[in-house]
Amino acid sequence: MRGLVAIFDKELADYLISWRGIILFAVALLVTVVAIYGPAGALVNIREQLGEPTQFGQTQFVFLTLFTTSGAGSYAFLFFITMFIVPIVGIVLGFDAINREKNSGTLSRLLSQPIYRDTVFNAKFLAGTVTMAIMLTSVVLLVSGLGMRAIGVPPSSEEALRLFLFLVLTTLYGSFWLGLSMLFSVFFERVATSAMASIAIWIFFLLYTLTGFIPTAVANMRVPLSDTSTTQEVIRYYSIQVAAERVSPIYLFQEAMYVLLSPGTRTATEYLQIYASGAEWQPGSLPLSQTMITIWPHLVTFVAIAAVFFGVSYYKFTREEIRST
Amino acid sequence: MSIVETKDLTKKYGKITAVDGLNLRIEEGDIFGFLGPNGAGKTTTILMLLGLTEPTSGIALVAGYNTTREPLKVKRITGYVPENVGFYEDLTAAQNLIYTGRLNGLSDRLADKRALEALEIVGLPRAAERNVSEFSRGMKQRLAIADILVKQPKIAIMDEPTSGIDPEGIVQVLDLIARIAKETRMTIVMSSHQLYQVQRICNRVGILMEGHLVAEGLLEELSREAMGGIQFRIEVKLTEVTQTIVEAIKQIKGVLGVEPLAGGLIINCSEDLRPQIAKKIVDTGGLMVEMKIQSYALEDIYLKYFREG
Repeated sequence: MRGLVAIFDKELADYLISWRGIILFAVALLVTVVAIYGPAGALVNIREQLGEPTQFGQTQFVFLTLFTTSGAGSYAFLFFITMFIVPIVGIVLGFDAINREKNSGTLSRLLSQPIYRDTVFNAKFLAGTVTMAIMLTSVVLLVSGLGMRAIGVPPSSEEALRLFLFLVLTTLYGSFWLGLSMLFSVFFERVATSAMASIAIWIFFLLYTLTGFIPTAVANMRVPLSDTSTTQEVIRYYSIQVAAERVSPIYLFQEAMYVLLSPGTRTATEYLQIYASGAEWQPGSLPLSQTMITIWPHLVTFVAIAAVFFGVSYYKFTREEIRST
Repeated sequence: MSIVETKDLTKKYGKITAVDGLNLRIEEGDIFGFLGPNGAGKTTTILMLLGLTEPTSGIALVAGYNTTREPLKVKRITGYVPENVGFYEDLTAAQNLIYTGRLNGLSDRLADKRALEALEIVGLPRAAERNVSEFSRGMKQRLAIADILVKQPKIAIMDEPTSGIDPEGIVQVLDLIARIAKETRMTIVMSSHQLYQVQRICNRVGILMEGHLVAEGLLEELSREAMGGIQFRIEVKLTEVTQTIVEAIKQIKGVLGVEPLAGGLIINCSEDLRPQIAKKIVDTGGLMVEMKIQSYALEDIYLKYFREG
């Protein structure tokens, strides 16, 4: 336990005080503030939205629109965070966690101390996660503070609670990327290789989500739609498409967080909303408990994948021979 | 009880056997020199002693603990200086040592105290607040020894502690190791392929060749064993070589052989018999011009094993 604390302390200090940490924080803050308050930011659209009633009658959650509304030609805070900021931060904090120590010869010395090998891994993971939690919390607080001045509405208690959950879950999402990049840092000897591998995976899923080519192609192949298609066929088409989209962790998490931050959303499944946009659904929003039930499967999936990353990293790292060459 | 004991310790990498059935004993208080050419399996053996790699078969015991099953207990009492030792370059020397102290469960205050003491002992007191990135190779090696001192282990294992440093630095490091061994009664295992270094400070030596321990024991024992008891070679130049003189010298206890040499004799013996030989020559009426003695260095022994292995 003492060993864990010692390594955790050192790593946390490394992350927070180093240039790496400062640059990451600055980028995160800059991007999100510009996304909302910049000249083409979301603020204009938010002001417009507040004026008109929407399909689900979302008016009681004004403050949260700050995070989910996109600007002209830019993404909403939520999308910046899930697509770019959090994956980058997770990858940058973890890609050289193990192999850099191996290359610099400090790992042999570290592992000859009376600590278990998994303690090294756990402590580094924990330090990275806490770094991300600190970063995200300060970014959200700063953005919220500016928001209160800009739109003049303070968050309600439920909104505050939802934002808090958003922070917790986004940190979890970040630790998913951290776990991935640390996995590569265990497997690859060279720091550059592990960085490239993590970045490649991120870019692949980013393009997968942004363009949506592959999910659409899959859906088209399975259920070719035509003018004469029945409603069942259309629903099947969309469910296949969404299922394919959810292969991407970025999409999966985005979906869950969108439901969390816009209580007007009744279901995580987009095509059902498209169908419900008629008159069948009563306006209103979900209580927090129901929101959580809606996104529960998403969260379980993330925890499961992260557990797999951990298992594989442990297996490799604890059996490896550590030679200093 | 031996502090280090291995029983048929074997490590295979695929088809290559790096260490083959090693049976080794190191007693408490020894300065044990682990000698062998590159690739003989020294580092692999050391890694197995520390539980940093698992043996394919056989066991290694350090202070009675099995290094595979109870690695933490072994690591608590073992200090390790790896070959090409590394430190966190962006931390100062003192910070690096304090980190080691904390990893060993020392309180912050104790870690701090021991770190400064250790830096004092290795002669780096003024470098305490300097970043390790500014350190030379020799300084890093001394810092690695300080790192062990912070831990205060029962046994220190050093893998090529002198590799890559200049001759003066080598002498400093070796003397430092010898001094620490003397003052703290720490058992030291040091691997090297440089003979004279081992000779300088070690009292026991093990020679490893291609994964086999070809010789092990006290230095003197070893040389006696390896050269068939011949330890000294005395060259005598005489004005005239007579059979009487040769016979007389052969009578001296400890003389193993006498061979003629142009204008003199070569006498192989197990100890330094110069006074006795000189006396015999004078007694038998010979006139001695010159007398030279040559002791067999470990080098010859090492090379002998090297050729045989």
